[in-house]
Formats: sequence, C-alpha cells, structure tokens
Amino acid sequence: MSAHILTVDDSASIRMTTRIALTGAGYQVTEAVDGVDGLAKAKGGRFDMIVTDLNMPNMNGLAMIQALRASPAHTGIPIIFLTTESDAEMKAQAKAAGATGWITKPFDPEQLVKITRKVLGK
Amino acid sequence: MNLMDPVQVFRMEAAELFVVIEEGLLDLLGDLSNQAQIDAVFRGLHTLKGSGSMFGFEALAAFTHHCETAFDRVRKGEVPATAELVAAVLEAQDHMKALVDTPNGDHEATGNGLLAKLQAAVGAKAAQGCVVAAPLPAAVAGTSSAAAPAATRWRLRFRLPVNAMANGTNPLGLLDELADLGDCTIKADTSAIPSLDAIEPDDLHIGWTVELTTTQPQPRAAIEDVFIFVMDDMEMVLEEVSSAPAPAVASAPTPALAPTSVALPLADAAPSEPARAVNTAPAIADAKQTKPAAENVRVPAERLDELMDRVGELVIAQSRLSQLAGVSADIQLRSVSEDVERLSGELRDTMMVLRMVPVGSLFGRFRRLVHDLARETGKEIELVTEGETTEVDKTVIERLADPLVHLVRNSIDHGLEMPEDRLASGKARAGRVTLSARQAGGEVIITIRDDGRGIDRERVRAKAEASGLIQPGQMLLDQELLQLILQPGFSTAAQITSLSGRGVGMDVVKKTVEALRGVIDMQSTPGEGSEISLRIPLTLAIIDGLLVRVGTGSYVIPLSAVEECLELSAEEDLRSRGRSFISLRDHLVPFLRLRELFRTGTPPDRYQKMVVISTGNERVGLVVDQIIGDHQTVIKAMSKLHHDVVTFSGATILGDGNVALILDVTHLVTVGQQQEAQLRAAG
Repeated sequence: MSAHILTVDDSASIRMTTRIALTGAGYQVTEAVDGVDGLAKAKGGRFDMIVTDLNMPNMNGLAMIQALRASPAHTGIPIIFLTTESDAEMKAQAKAAGATGWITKPFDPEQLVKITRKVLGK
Repeated sequence: MNLMDPVQVFRMEAAELFVVIEEGLLDLLGDLSNQAQIDAVFRGLHTLKGSGSMFGFEALAAFTHHCETAFDRVRKGEVPATAELVAAVLEAQDHMKALVDTPNGDHEATGNGLLAKLQAAVGAKAAQGCVVAAPLPAAVAGTSSAAAPAATRWRLRFRLPVNAMANGTNPLGLLDELADLGDCTIKADTSAIPSLDAIEPDDLHIGWTVELTTTQPQPRAAIEDVFIFVMDDMEMVLEEVSSAPAPAVASAPTPALAPTSVALPLADAAPSEPARAVNTAPAIADAKQTKPAAENVRVPAERLDELMDRVGELVIAQSRLSQLAGVSADIQLRSVSEDVERLSGELRDTMMVLRMVPVGSLFGRFRRLVHDLARETGKEIELVTEGETTEVDKTVIERLADPLVHLVRNSIDHGLEMPEDRLASGKARAGRVTLSARQAGGEVIITIRDDGRGIDRERVRAKAEASGLIQPGQMLLDQELLQLILQPGFSTAAQITSLSGRGVGMDVVKKTVEALRGVIDMQSTPGEGSEISLRIPLTLAIIDGLLVRVGTGSYVIPLSAVEECLELSAEEDLRSRGRSFISLRDHLVPFLRLRELFRTGTPPDRYQKMVVISTGNERVGLVVDQIIGDHQTVIKAMSKLHHDVVTFSGATILGDGNVALILDVTHLVTVGQQQEAQLRAAG
C-alpha cells in the first residue's frame, strides 16, 4: 500500500500540481478545498501525511492544524504546510500549532516529493 | 481546453479570483470597515500571487505582491481602507488580468504607474518589500567548511523537542537520513525518560549521540539539512572530530548539551525591487481593451438535457453496432465498432461530469429559511453545512430542493427545543441543524442532522396505531418504527403548526427520494437528536444495469442494487415451494418468482437463477430464467398512460431494438418484505 496523502488548498491549480507530483511519485492523494473540508476528510479517513495551505477561506490552515492536533487520533501524523516567504509570522504560528514542516511557495514539484519522502521516512 | 494542464487551471482559477476580489472591493466601497471583505480581498490576492508564481506568471506575482502587501496592512489595521485605495486596487486588478492573459507582454510602464497610485493610497512604505523569486534554491546553504573530498568525522549530540513525535516528526526517519550520509554509530541517551507512571506515550525523552563518517562535500550543511524542520526548537551540538586542521566551527563545542541557534538561512529573497519611481502616466486603457477570453461558458440547462438525450441515443445505436460487429467476421468492422464503443463511453462520462453541480447551490438557500424559521418559532438555530462542493446531477438537486426544505422545517419544528428547555437539559442555547453532503461510491449521501429532542417513538407508535398503519402491539424493528413517519397521512406534531404540515409531507419526501432511486435512512436518539440521510444515486439518466430474461421478455435490474447472483437448484426450488424463502448464509431471504409475477406462461428454464437485490438493510431474491449480463442502460421514462405501474421504474432500448423494462427495486423489495411479514404473521 502506498502512503495516502491529504492535500488541502483552496487553489485548484496548486492542488493539481501537488496531485500530479505526488501521484507521480507513487503516493495516493485525496484533495480538500479548505480547512473545514480538510478537517472532515482527515477525521473521516486514514492518512499518512497532510499537506496544507495556510491561507484559506472558511477555516484557515492554522485552525485546521490546531483542531487536528487536539484530536488524539491525529497526534503524530505529519503535517506539512505551504507558505510564502512573506508569511514569516504565519510560519511561526503554524509550527506552534503543531505542524511538522513546511514548503516555501513557489515550490518545485521535486522539492515537494523530496520533503514528502523525508517526512514519511523509508 | 486541456483540463490536465495546471496553467489552464490556473487561468480559470485566476478568473474566479478576480470575481472574488472585485466583489470584495465593490462591497468595501459601500462599507470601508467590512473586515470580512478585507480578508476576502487579501486572501484572493494572496492566492493569486502564490499560484501565479508557481506557474511562471512571475510578473503577475511580483505586481500582485504589492497589492497584497497593501491589503495586509489594512487587514492588520496599520492603515485604514480608503476609497482611494480600493479604487487603486480595482484599477490594478485590470492590469493583473492583462498579466494573466499576456504574461510576456510589455506591461512594465502601466504597472509602475499603478504602483505609484497604490503607494500614494497607503503611504510610501506599502510598495516596498520583496518580489517573489523564481523557484527557491536548496533551502539550506549552511556554513561551508572546506569542501574536503576526503571523509570527515563528526560527532553530533541532539535532543528533539518533547512534542516532536506528537507533531509528526519521526526520529527514526531522521536517524535513517543521517545513516544515508555515511557510516554512523548511534547511541541513545535514555537518562531523561521519566518513570513509567509519569510517561506520556507521545512524548519524546530520548536523546542521541551519533558518530558519523561522511564524504559529503558540505557535511555540516548536509547534517543540518536533516534537521531542517526541528532546527529552531531542538538542542544540538555538532562538532568535527577528525584530526584534520580544525575548520572554523561556528558553535562552541561544549560537552554539555546547549541549545544552539543555528538559524537556517531560509533564502529570504532579497528586497530586489525597491519601489520604482513614478515615471509615466498610467496607460490603463490598453489593458482594458484586451478583454480576457471567457474560460467558462454558461449553457442553458435544456441544452444539456438535449445533449444528454443525444448521448443516450448514441449509446443505444452503439450497442446495436457492437451487436452486429460481434457476429460479423469483418475485422475492420469490429475494430471500428470497438473504437465507437470506447468513444461513446468517454462521451457519456464527460456528459455526466457536465451535468454535475456542487450541492452548495442547494444548501445556500437554507440560510434564509433557517433565519425565517428562527424568528417564527422563537428558537435559536445554528445552521451548519458540510461538503458543499460535493457534486450531484443537476436534476437531482432540483428535485431534492422541496424535500430538503421539508426535512429542515421538520427538524426545526419538531426536533429542536425552545432555548430555555435546551438550557434546562444541559444543551447549548442554540439548536444546531447540520446539512451535509458527501459522495460514497456511486451515491451521494445528504444528511440532515439536528441536536434536538429526537423522535418520540411512543408517540409514533400511538399515532400509527390510531391511524391503522400498524396493529396495536405489533412488534416492529426500530428502523421500521421510525420509517412509519414516512407513511402517507402521518404527522406527529400534536398540533400542526404553520410551518410543518404545510405543502409536502414526509410521504412526499419518501416518494421523491424513491423516484430518484434513493433510499432514506433514519436514526434518532431520544434527547440527543435525529439524523435523516438521503442516499441518492449520482446520476439519473444512464445506469449500469443487469440484463435478465424472464420468459421471453428482457428486464433490467439496476446493478447498484444487485448483491449477488446464484443458481436456484431444482431441489431447493421444490423445497421452498409455497414458502419462497431461501437460506443465504444463515439469513432467510424472501424471494419472488418473476415468472409468476409477470405471468409469462412459457415453460421455465431448467436451471433457474436468482438475483439477490437490496435496498438499505432489506434483501429480496428475484428468480429469473437467464442472466444475460451487464448493460449500459439509458433510462427512458414510461408514458403517462403507465404512470401508475409500480413494478417498473422505466424502460430502455436494447441493442437489437427491443424494449426492456427496468425493475423498480424499492417496490420489489417492499413486496418481498410484505410476503415475509405475512408468513411471519401466519407462522
């Protein structure tokens, strides 16, 4: 079974890019369009890792990470967030909320795959 | 348009973002303090910048960055939103559209003019800041000790933050990565592990000492790169232990574990583009002239229905062709037929997608309804919607609107209590009604959930007995009891209020859902609330069916309802004669002989087959003469003359031009269950 990754982003093009990169590397991908959707999908399924945007409508990535970490079933699941260099403050907050790591936008798909491999381990 | 091309998707997305940004800006003009709209505009600009930079629209990203920065300051309350700023961003938006349409065009002069306006609107500092750079170089540069080709030896002592594992870091993965860099010996330091009764299983109390021999050209950077995500919060001492000439090691190699502050140079892009001076008067006119080509086309719904009909006809014609080709020896004909089969299948799938619309458009209507109901009833109601992006066939959405209104009214009217009663029973003052949609297999499940008082089973029973729906004292399963609510002429409201009991009733809800070939599941816990789920097939026009023969006629059973097919041996048939039950893995399943039901009159085939179908938890077997196989079934409605026929839900045309009737699964299961109930009552 290949690892199953949940990607959460309100941008369809970013979702598509992450999906192409991750499925190309052999991972299974499920997509969510905002924090609310992401939280529901994360709680409804079993994922090995979550990649999330921070700035999203309805529920932002920070709130989603906090909510996930508050649920005992989701401590320990790696959560990687996408950030732009201009959100240094958001980055610190996301880490404090319990994120595992980050990818700086714009990212190239290989970098995403590399970080995914790093986080998921062997 | 190729939907697999992220750049195309980005263009469509940009068009949508422009709508969001524009609406936000226009709303802001009416109310400059509207924080929600300020956030929405900021988010739109932020996404536009982020996605734009991903797909090579660097000029767009750089320009949008300035607008985003300006709105970020507004968002944080550093500068007020002014009509001037809003107007400047509206103008800037037209420029952004031009940058999306012709990313390589010469837009610099226009852009600079607009930035000057923006600057003027938020004060000089707004347009400063960085420009989004091309894809980042490797995130770590690190202090490079001499690029030694020879192996170097390093000693590394580290301790991750206690919550590292809870936050998703796998220490074993980090050790694996270190091992990938060269030969290493790893020692765990377990001295900080607390006693068993004080231990939290998610906490990490182990430290490690690693001795690593590596030939990496930049060993320090490579080692630090392993810890990139935890670097800021961890304790680490990294020292080179080989006897080579000591390189300039930055951190003092003290024996005690001391937190280091090896801040990673995260390649903060240099502020390379200081605000450019005002130079030319903006030439916005040309930006407006190039009107962007619409990426989305609006089509009247009837056209889609027409197209769907045509696709249906094509599927029928194609199955005739396949049948002809199947018996022909002409290789070329067969090859063409296979191509047509594949193409019409793809066309059908595309058509299905075109008919899908997000269920959010349906849910949107309920905000107003709930608001009105709250005022009318004096209850406090919180409406929660989930899964708005779930896509459903548009016909399903149209037909579900009224039943959903009724169900939501019911939840509020009968389910939710008055605020005082809720407080008295320890609940939140405001009742919550949740509307959610999700897709599961070939079905969409729409759920209406409330946290009210739940369905009063005693009252349901009393009412059903009074109205003759059930015998007094009749034993019912819980699900059967709840389903009574859906029977015609049933209403539990002690007094019929102006809200419920008006317009459609629950029996109409049931009829509508069944007409959509769906089923209703109900759950209710006294004092905690009720949940009603409508499970509806994703699409209506074409289904996968199982084609069977009974006598000389062909019939289609919707494949989604078929559980299994088995042979009814002659002995079993004889043995069950008069009882019409078969034991299926320790469950008695009633079955119907379709030959008898349809009065075929022809002699039965020697080996009778049974198709077990189900709706929800109820199963029934259908005995047929022959199972022909699966069949792409284009559903044709039956004529008005046949509207009272209950056994069939429609008809379809087979490849040879014959008509096959589609069996109404829900009805047949009900007939089967009645048969079971009669037998139970008799026995």
